[in-house]
Amino acid sequence: MRVPLSWLQEFVPLATAPRDREAVRDLGRVLDSLGLVVEGVEHVGDGLDEVVLARVIEIRAIKGAERIRQVLVDAGGLEPAEIVCGATNFAVGDVVPLAKVGAELPGGFVIGRRTLRGVVSDGMLCSAREIGVGGDESGLLVLASTGAPDGPLPAGVEVGMPLAEHLGIVPDAVFDVAVEPNRPDCLCVTGIARDVAARLKLPFAVEVPAVATSGTPASRFASVVIDAPEACHHLLARVVTGIAAVPSPPEVARRLLLAGMRPIGAVVDASNYVMLELGQPSHPYDLERLGGHGLGVRYARPGERLVTLDGVDRVLGRYTDAQGRTTDVEDLVICDAHGAPIGVAGVMGGAATEIDASTTSVVLEVAEFAPVVVARTAKRQGVRSEASVRFERGVDPEGLARAADRFCALLVAAAAHGGAQAPVVAPGDLDAHPVTTPRRYLRVRVGRVNALLGTTLGADEVEALLAPIGFLSRRAEGVPRGDEQGDATSPGQDGTGQQDVVLDVEVPSFRPDAEREVDVVEEVARHVGYERIAATPRRSPFVGTLGARTANRRRLRRVLTGLGAHEAWTSSIVDPSLLGRAGVPHPVVALANPMVHEESVLRAHLLPGLLGALRHNVAHRNPALRLFEIGRVFVPVEGDGLPCESEHVGVLLARDGDDAASAVHVLGVVAEQMGLDREALALDQAMAAPEPLVALGTHPSRRALVRAGAGAGGVLGALGEVDPRVLEEFGIAGRGRVGWLVLDLGALDEAPTRDRRARPVSRFPSSDVDLSFVLDDATPAAALESTLRASAGELCESVRLLESYRGPGIQSGGRSLTYRLRFCALDRTLTDADVAGLRAACIAAVVAELPATLRG
Amino acid sequence: MSSMEHVAPPQPGEVGAFETTATERVASVDDLASLDALVAELTGKRSPFALWKRSLGGLAHGDRRAIGQELNEALARVEALVESRRALLAAAAREVLVVADRLDLTDVVATPGAGHLHLVTQVREELEDVFVGMGYEIADGPEAETEWYNFTALNVPRDHPARSMQDSFYLATGDRESYLLRTQTSPVQVRLLERGTLPLYAIAPGRVYRRDTADARHLPVFHQIEGIVVDRDVTFGDLAGTVETFVTAIFGTGIATRLRPAYFPFTEPSAEFEITCTICTGSGCRTCGQTGWIELGGCGLIHPAVLEASGVDPERWSGFAFGFGIDRLAIMRHEIDDIRSFVENDVRFLTQF
Repeated sequence: MRVPLSWLQEFVPLATAPRDREAVRDLGRVLDSLGLVVEGVEHVGDGLDEVVLARVIEIRAIKGAERIRQVLVDAGGLEPAEIVCGATNFAVGDVVPLAKVGAELPGGFVIGRRTLRGVVSDGMLCSAREIGVGGDESGLLVLASTGAPDGPLPAGVEVGMPLAEHLGIVPDAVFDVAVEPNRPDCLCVTGIARDVAARLKLPFAVEVPAVATSGTPASRFASVVIDAPEACHHLLARVVTGIAAVPSPPEVARRLLLAGMRPIGAVVDASNYVMLELGQPSHPYDLERLGGHGLGVRYARPGERLVTLDGVDRVLGRYTDAQGRTTDVEDLVICDAHGAPIGVAGVMGGAATEIDASTTSVVLEVAEFAPVVVARTAKRQGVRSEASVRFERGVDPEGLARAADRFCALLVAAAAHGGAQAPVVAPGDLDAHPVTTPRRYLRVRVGRVNALLGTTLGADEVEALLAPIGFLSRRAEGVPRGDEQGDATSPGQDGTGQQDVVLDVEVPSFRPDAEREVDVVEEVARHVGYERIAATPRRSPFVGTLGARTANRRRLRRVLTGLGAHEAWTSSIVDPSLLGRAGVPHPVVALANPMVHEESVLRAHLLPGLLGALRHNVAHRNPALRLFEIGRVFVPVEGDGLPCESEHVGVLLARDGDDAASAVHVLGVVAEQMGLDREALALDQAMAAPEPLVALGTHPSRRALVRAGAGAGGVLGALGEVDPRVLEEFGIAGRGRVGWLVLDLGALDEAPTRDRRARPVSRFPSSDVDLSFVLDDATPAAALESTLRASAGELCESVRLLESYRGPGIQSGGRSLTYRLRFCALDRTLTDADVAGLRAACIAAVVAELPATLRG
Repeated sequence: MSSMEHVAPPQPGEVGAFETTATERVASVDDLASLDALVAELTGKRSPFALWKRSLGGLAHGDRRAIGQELNEALARVEALVESRRALLAAAAREVLVVADRLDLTDVVATPGAGHLHLVTQVREELEDVFVGMGYEIADGPEAETEWYNFTALNVPRDHPARSMQDSFYLATGDRESYLLRTQTSPVQVRLLERGTLPLYAIAPGRVYRRDTADARHLPVFHQIEGIVVDRDVTFGDLAGTVETFVTAIFGTGIATRLRPAYFPFTEPSAEFEITCTICTGSGCRTCGQTGWIELGGCGLIHPAVLEASGVDPERWSGFAFGFGIDRLAIMRHEIDDIRSFVENDVRFLTQF
């Protein structure tokens, strides 16, 4: 919402001088502190020297240029000026602003003589924004259209006259205010003025005198009918005849421009002006073009069409979504007395009944629509008009007649200014008002206000803060006040005895957002000023804690960075083909409304994302690295529930020499550092079909499931190497093996942990026994190791694989595995005989239980 | 004793002559091993000194004393000389060793170092630590949520624009109820309130989703941290004080905070909180649009409708909530010009932090 300072000053006596930048900034801070955030301030009136009115006398194409044309303009000189221009919204005979060579525009841009495509440009034709008189930058600011290079000019327009003089430009400042969606009352100048006045303790008043009416009653000209009272609560139509085609007075045109709207003619301008000033949109229809001279409101028939003012042929009453599904919907339309649609209610008028220079009589539609109805239609139609935004958020249901009065007063003023006969306002509004929005009353406890804000306001102060913004209150009766000292145990007690006062607050009609006591509390806080509410420390009564989950994730992150892996994060929304590319297709959770196909499903696995990250680094010549990610993955569930969401860690091992063995090592370190019982972890290479999702993308003969607990324990994850075929799919083949480990952290949290009790450490010397066995390839080394552990017994301190050897001396289909067993007793030094006995027992057990032979 | 050869006591001048020889020989030894051998020869059990000492027993008392003293003094001088020679040779030997061992420490082939935590994780952990220090617990919730938790229970009206397909990612599953990727960490508030254990002081950091096209300032997937406090008599002043406390803990004492009215459906009164611009420290610059302040996040007293939706009586309990972007904070603090660096995972970026 663009708010000119001069317009605000019409309603609140601000002393702010527009050229005083410090004072303007101070006023901006007041708006900020009210929650009316100033996103920018434009200073108007600087930089208009050397900008004059010029009439277009010829438009020529420039050879080889599509976007620019040469324009000859008459700017009052002896010869026409030749200007190169990129805008196209004007025609021969139009009067536009010309910034002459040497002009310094607002913002400091200096116009020089330039040559474009070999054509000299002696200045620049300007848009409203370029010369700081408005927000419109879609094309040139067309000040008048005369239809011909030499036609008569309207009054007040002379070629060569300074633009500032023509527009009556006075220095001004325009605040660009961001209005929060709960404050429809501030989508107009008076609403903002009211808030400012209240904060600055200045008077505020909107006075709209009723207009004089005469002649034939309105009911003889037209009629109004509402067929959908739940969607249109109130429709007021006013008839004005005897209208002359005059422009708006300069001050009206100027303010419209500053607020970002283009002045068109007195009738349309008046409607727009009223909307910006009072917040009530309205729509003038040409009475002569209105079928049956009547207005109606009804739902559109499914598939009904209407060409709106913007030239778009719209389909109403039926909606086709992005997937091509069609549903019948309730779009509200304004129609004429014959039922023909003439406007999309609250959104945009129809083209056929548009006002133009020939219009002499209008019917002004002023309505109150149900916000949701307008919001839905506007969204479906993809339109966001000045009117729809205001209707969506809620107009003042008591402000319709006032808006009509203001419209008429503006028409009368325009006629007087243009030297035309005064228009005639027909007596007796056409008024259909099936639903009256009642005033809302809220009970506000002063004690509650203080308890929530941490303030010590008295009832009088609260009332004094609320009254200027229209929240009128009186002390509620029949509510126990408590004794004068107040209830000593009540919260926020300040000892004034006023805290138990209960106020009956009447919510002003323009504040649909105020629905509960707490909404009024916010108004009190806003007008006290948030910055004036003392900050108090609030101490938690608890000892803060990371919690087991966060603590575990942190430990895991440290372990993995300690192993040289960098942490990555990749998007959870992925390309559906990625999973396929990474291995077997699995069902995935799809988005209903993805933005692009490449980001349309939720990841079911971390591997594709990390491979993408690896690929990025390979492409930038950093191929040797380790990456990990901790994040959620999603798989669909049977039936209708939320997707199954689990947290995984994925570790991609792509340093030189990394392979499946590196993944085993990483798992070992993780298990050790996370306090898991390593002996409860098992690697299961006998993977049954179908391949579980967790093993996705792994090398079929160099992978294993990680199980927790002996036997058929739960699956913790998978490890091994990335399938070379997958590497090829990702374009990172031929760079050696890539190790991979993935663990489900939910399962990891539940995995068996080591006994945390201390084991005594022996003070006696230990003895090592090295044993080499030739073991059949079909038998995992893990079987040999567990047999050794079992047979070595209590005295065995550790079992460690020293070497795995294949080659000369070992028959093919097997390998030699050398283990070192360390024995130690707590209470003595083991004798040679002790150790020999243990050695023999281990050998006997292995040879008996496994297809293994002791190697010489 | 009888097996020991008999040695005559030294003749006058004999000790002095031996000492002179010994002195010369010690001075001429130039390695420690030879010195050890020489020491055995000069002062050991079979050395003249030892033999002469043994011979003293046969002498008259007066002679014994005089010769004994002479012997002891000569031996002490030789031994002292040996020790100083030993120290000299040891130092020389060490010097040789040290020179031979010399290593150019700039001539070291790099081995891979430790990995780096993602910057977003580092910032997140720092925030977690601040709030744990303030007595908060860390909570968590699902990223795929129901409309109830993400909107309805948070008092977001049915026709609120945030609910539209334009702004939120909805899931293709879920016929009976609409599912979506949470657009904020606020649904965790509802889950915590439903848990029913009050008072409540918690934060919920995590990943959220908005239907934005990725550009230098936006990602459709990003991270937020949510704070929620519900207790007896919690006030707006408490909210302001809490924001001040954690902003100081995160940014330091030079950075101030202020609250400005705003609108969120789930809080009332609602505020945006701003902090002193960290780039210009309040004097005004391009980053803060010359205002000296930058907006960090949203906050407010929890709307009574939110408490009611989770079965908490707003007359007995009140509370506040706040939220802000973790990624945004990281970007601000490290002056990162393109947020997409976070998901690119370029090792040249990751290893900077």
